[in-house]
Formats: sequence, structure tokens, C-alpha cells
Amino acid sequence: MSSLFEIHGLKSAIEGKEILKGFDLTMQAGEVHAIMGPNGTGKSTLASSIMGHPKYEVTEGKVLLEGEDVLEMGVDERARAGLFLAMQYPSEITGVTNADFLRSAINARRGEGNEISLIKFVRLMEAKMKELDMNPEFMHRYLNEGFSGGEKKRNEILQMMMLEPKLVILDEIDSGLDIDALKIVAAGVNAMREPDRSFLIITHYQRLLNYIKPDYVHVMMQGRIVKSGGPELAERLEAEGYDWVKDELGIVDETVGQA
Amino acid sequence: MAKQMPELEEYKYGFRDEHKAIFQSGKGLTPEIVRTISEMKGEPEWMLKFRLKSLEQFEKMALPRWGGNLDELDFNDIQYYVKPSEKQGKTWEEVPEEIKATFDKLGIPEAEQKFLAGVSAQYESEVVYHNMQEDLEKQGVIFMDTDSALREHPEIFKEHFGTVVPPADNKFAALNSAVWSGGSFIYVPKGVKCEIPLQAYFRINSENMGQFERTLIIADEGSFVHYVEGCTAPVYSTNSLHSAVVEIIAKKGARVRYTTIQNWAPNIYNLVTKRAVAEEDATMEWVDGNIGSKLTMKYPAVILKGRGAKGMVLSIAVAGKGQHQDAGAKMLHLAPDTTSTIVSKSISKHGGKVTYRGIASFGRNAEGAKANIKCDTLILDNQSTSDTIPYNEIMNDNVTLEHEATVSKVSEDQLFYLMSRGLSEAEATQMIVMGFIEPFTKELPMEYAVEMNRLIKFEMEGSIG
Repeated sequence: MSSLFEIHGLKSAIEGKEILKGFDLTMQAGEVHAIMGPNGTGKSTLASSIMGHPKYEVTEGKVLLEGEDVLEMGVDERARAGLFLAMQYPSEITGVTNADFLRSAINARRGEGNEISLIKFVRLMEAKMKELDMNPEFMHRYLNEGFSGGEKKRNEILQMMMLEPKLVILDEIDSGLDIDALKIVAAGVNAMREPDRSFLIITHYQRLLNYIKPDYVHVMMQGRIVKSGGPELAERLEAEGYDWVKDELGIVDETVGQA
Repeated sequence: MAKQMPELEEYKYGFRDEHKAIFQSGKGLTPEIVRTISEMKGEPEWMLKFRLKSLEQFEKMALPRWGGNLDELDFNDIQYYVKPSEKQGKTWEEVPEEIKATFDKLGIPEAEQKFLAGVSAQYESEVVYHNMQEDLEKQGVIFMDTDSALREHPEIFKEHFGTVVPPADNKFAALNSAVWSGGSFIYVPKGVKCEIPLQAYFRINSENMGQFERTLIIADEGSFVHYVEGCTAPVYSTNSLHSAVVEIIAKKGARVRYTTIQNWAPNIYNLVTKRAVAEEDATMEWVDGNIGSKLTMKYPAVILKGRGAKGMVLSIAVAGKGQHQDAGAKMLHLAPDTTSTIVSKSISKHGGKVTYRGIASFGRNAEGAKANIKCDTLILDNQSTSDTIPYNEIMNDNVTLEHEATVSKVSEDQLFYLMSRGLSEAEATQMIVMGFIEPFTKELPMEYAVEMNRLIKFEMEGSIG
């Protein structure tokens, strides 16, 4: 049986500059993987490339969700196949309420003739917002418009909870969150952990991993995974930083040289 | 009261038998045609004179050299008066398939479709109409087609007709004044507030969709009326010129809202003069949606004549392939403490062109007046264009004028974001467009807002790739 999610030799470039340089990862259903690394090592490029942001050009490799190559799919097809990316900088869409947007997104998955009823939707959204301690008025606010950084992150988690994807990528979901918000977001993620759902958590800090326990931790440098381990790896990185990894592997410049 | 209608019908049929031959070949415009129109309508002498004088004006005046391209407009190739009974002669089979398909996509019921396509003269809403009409009459509100108003309410008609938009105002106002037919007439007595919007739909009359309609609304002191005209279905017409005049008088403390949505076929020149006078503490609001047409030139105006008068124009314009929307607003502040708001939303796609053209003018007496203008344009592809041409005239030092203009494209990041949640590119684009015009849609009566969203969805189909 194939794994839930596999990345093979992924290479990706932006404006002709290669950032991912052969990235490999295999995740089984139900697992939580954390990807850590200093700035500029390609973490966000990984997230955007998997989801299919048009700015990134994938030049080589495969990304398989349940054996299907998502790189052959459009962005919307990837989403409907079960991929979800909680973004670091979600867009603002004026004039479109959070509720209208989410209902359209849910219905896009369910397909014509199988739309969620309005009442069911509203109840579901209210319940999930309550879990995330969100003010109910956010239902009728325009999508991300005027949201604080923390509110945007919570809204990303809300979308994840409502769309129930198979593979969730959290891109720096902890940045800009105070400790209370972090706990709420983490609780939201933990509530979604299921035997057939996997999480790929991209983070700069170990802090988040105190609340969402990963099964595996990977260190990313120079556009690929350079070291993998269990939760203890994250703890050591938190305590000692990244220099020992660089020393161990003989890496001088861990970045992909964006600057 | 509904009993009046059959009589009116018979009357018109009577005309047809007598004059059929003249009007089957009646293209072009001469004093004789104007005379015949007036005679057929049984108009008083003053209206005939008004028409003939307007025709002279029309002939004297040059075409505007600004705005859109009018080179292909041939005044000799236009039929200036089509009798309603003849319009009805059309059969459902003759209506082009694409028009029918559009009706279907918009979810318009068949009875209504036939009405819109000019096949049947009556939209089946007589019960609603009847109840509404009774209610209005109790309050002393007059709501009828303009031709009937001239016959039935000659005094109030003559007192106000042509006072807001005189024939010499512009070439197309002169043309309309010479050949006008149909349109709505509304009089709201002092202090009467019409709770339900008055809709042209319900004013059962086949001249609703007339090409030279003339609308006159008089809101007496302290009254309120919301008039809704048009619909989102494409107006199917074999005639290529639509030139209406709308005159509105909002007396002291009155409030008038005029909502239009028009979706013209791509062969139509839509050249319309809409103007209101707002007296002391009166409020005039234009909510104006323009979709389609070959060229639309339309600048709803408010003359803020009395102290504390308020004016608002909220408009959207959507231009597609080969289309030019030259639209905007005019606010003329003639009195102290007058305020105005203009919100213009334009969308161009498939090589369409949108121009915002507006005037904010402050006269010498406009002490303490304020105007706020916001023009936003959304361009959907690289072939489409937009222009913003605001004129300001300021004759008083103590006024406030704010102008804000934005031009945006549907951003890659926004599309990616929405698509990453499962929406197709078309759905994502629609969503962004609907969000863009939301300030307009939210002002529409519910059923129009729903239609409007369907229409935008339909318009956006095929906008991608």
C-alpha cells in the first residue's frame, strides 16, 4: 500500500532561481511531521510549490497524495483532492464575507446537487468558531480584510476545520501569535488529528511543537531535508540552535542564497 | 382600477388599424413624423409645439465630441416610433436562441421572459399590481406611464415637464424631447412615504422598454419614493439607439431613490440624460447599473439647489468585448451645506473599455458643501482598459472635496488563495468581482441583488483563459 503523501526529488524555482533542490519526504496516514529550519532555507517555497502557487515553477519531481501526482492538477483540483495549505500571508478579499466564501469552498468540494444546507452550514461554522474562540461577527466580516495577524491565522485554522482535508500543511502558523492564541490554534489542530489525516507543520520555532506533538522532525537547509529525527530533535534545536547541525554536516551557508 | 387597462389596449389597437402603413417604413426623422406621433397620442397643442421645437434644437446641435465614438450612429436608420401593438406582433419563435439561453441561465420564469423579449405586453403580476395600485391611490400617489399622465394629470405634468432637462440641454435630450414615448410618471404627495419600491415591471404597459422613454418623478415636500426600473435580463431590441430622459424633482425634505439595472444587447447606443433637482434638505439617490451596450454615455446628475440637500450616485459599469461604458456622475452644489457622494465601480474585460467621467461643481453659494468621490476600476485582462476623468469646479473657498481613485487587477495571490480552497478559477474570479461590486449590490432590493449576482456569474463565464 502506498503512503498517504510522498514527495520525490522535488525541485522548484522562482524567477528562474532554484530554491528546492531535490526534496524528499514520505508521510503515512495519521502522522504529524514538522519541518524546521532557519530563514531562507526554502520552507515556504516547499509549501507554495506543493499547493501550486503560479509564481513557483516546479522543474522536477513528484508529489503524490494517495498515489496521485498532484503536480498534474490545477490548484483547485489539489484542494478538492484533499490538500490544504494554511498560509503565512492569507489574501484579503473585499466584499466577500467569510461565511459566503467558506460555503462556496465547501460546496466546490461537494459538487453540484449536493450542496450543504444553509442552516447546517451556519451551525457548523458557529460551532467551529466557538472552538477557536472567534467572535461570531467574523462570520460576516469580509474575508481577512482588516484582520490582525493572529485573527488571520485563526481564520486559516477555521477553514481547515470546515474543509476537512486529508493532508494539512501549516506554513508558519505560529508566527505573530501570542501564547494564548497559539494554544487555541494548537487545540484546533489537535482536535483534527485522525488516523487518516496527516499534518506537515512548517515552523521556525520549537514553541508550537510543545502543543502539537510531532511524530517526526526534519531539518531543512539548502532546499532539502538534511536531518530527521523524533520530537527530541526539535528540543535540541530549541536549546542549541542550528549551528551544531551545520557543523555536523559541514554546511557553511544553510540558505539557498536568495539574498 | 385594473379595468382601465383593457380600455387602453383597445385604444392602441384602434390606432394601429388607422396608421399601420405609415409606420412600417418609418425610418428617419422629419417634422411630419413628430406631428404624427403627437397626433396619434392625441396630445395637446403645447406638447406638439414642444416636440417640434425640440426637433429644431436637435437638428441645430452638434454631436458631442467627447465621450464615446458616435461615428457609426446613423440617425436616418432609426425608427423613431414603434407602436406598442406592433411590438407585440413578435412571436416567441422569433426571439434569438442566445437570448432565450441567457434568460434560462438567469433563471427568469417563462412568462416573464416573454414579457422581456417583447412577445407579450403583460407580465403576469396583475394581482400584485392591483393591490399596490389600490394602496397607492389611497395615499394619492400617481404612478402611470408618462403618456397617460399627460392626458390624465395635465396640470401637474405641464408644470414640471422639461424643467430639469430642457430640450436644449444636449443633442440627445433634444431628440428625446421630440420623439419621446412611454416611461414612468410618479407624483408623491406631501408627507407620503411609499414603503414598497415602485417598479416599472408592475406598471403593466408594453412601452416599458421604449427606446425614447421619458420619466418624470415629482416627490412633494417630506415624501419618499423608491423607483426601480429595468432588470438584469438583456434588453433585446432590433433598434440600435436608446435615448431616455429622466427628470426628478425632490422638494423640500423629500427623498427619492432611483434604481436602474440595464443589460443592453451589444448593438445598442445607450445615451441617456438623468437629472434630479434636490431642494432644501431633500435627498436624491441614483443607484445605476450599466451592463453591455455598444456605447453607454450616462452621467446621473443631482442639482443640489436648496440648503442641506444631499445627493448620491452609486454606479457600476461592466464593459465587455467591443463595448465602451462612458459613465459617471454630476453633482452641482448650488447651496450651502449641501453634500454629495459618488461611488463608481467599473469592470472591464475581454478588451472592453470603461471611462469614469464626472463633475463636482461648487457654486458661489456652496458655503460648507462637501463632496466625496470614489472611483474603483477592476480590469480583468490585459486587453481591457479604463480611464478616470474627473472635473472639479470650485467657486467657493469653504468647501470640502475628496477624490479617491483606484485601478486594480484580479491579483495572482487572491486567485491562488481562493483556488487553494477548492474554487475553480472561474468561481474565484466571480467571487472577487462580486466582492468588488458588493457596495452596489447591497443597495439593491433583494430580488435584484440575486439577479445581479447571477448576471455577473453569467458575464464572467468564459472570462477565463
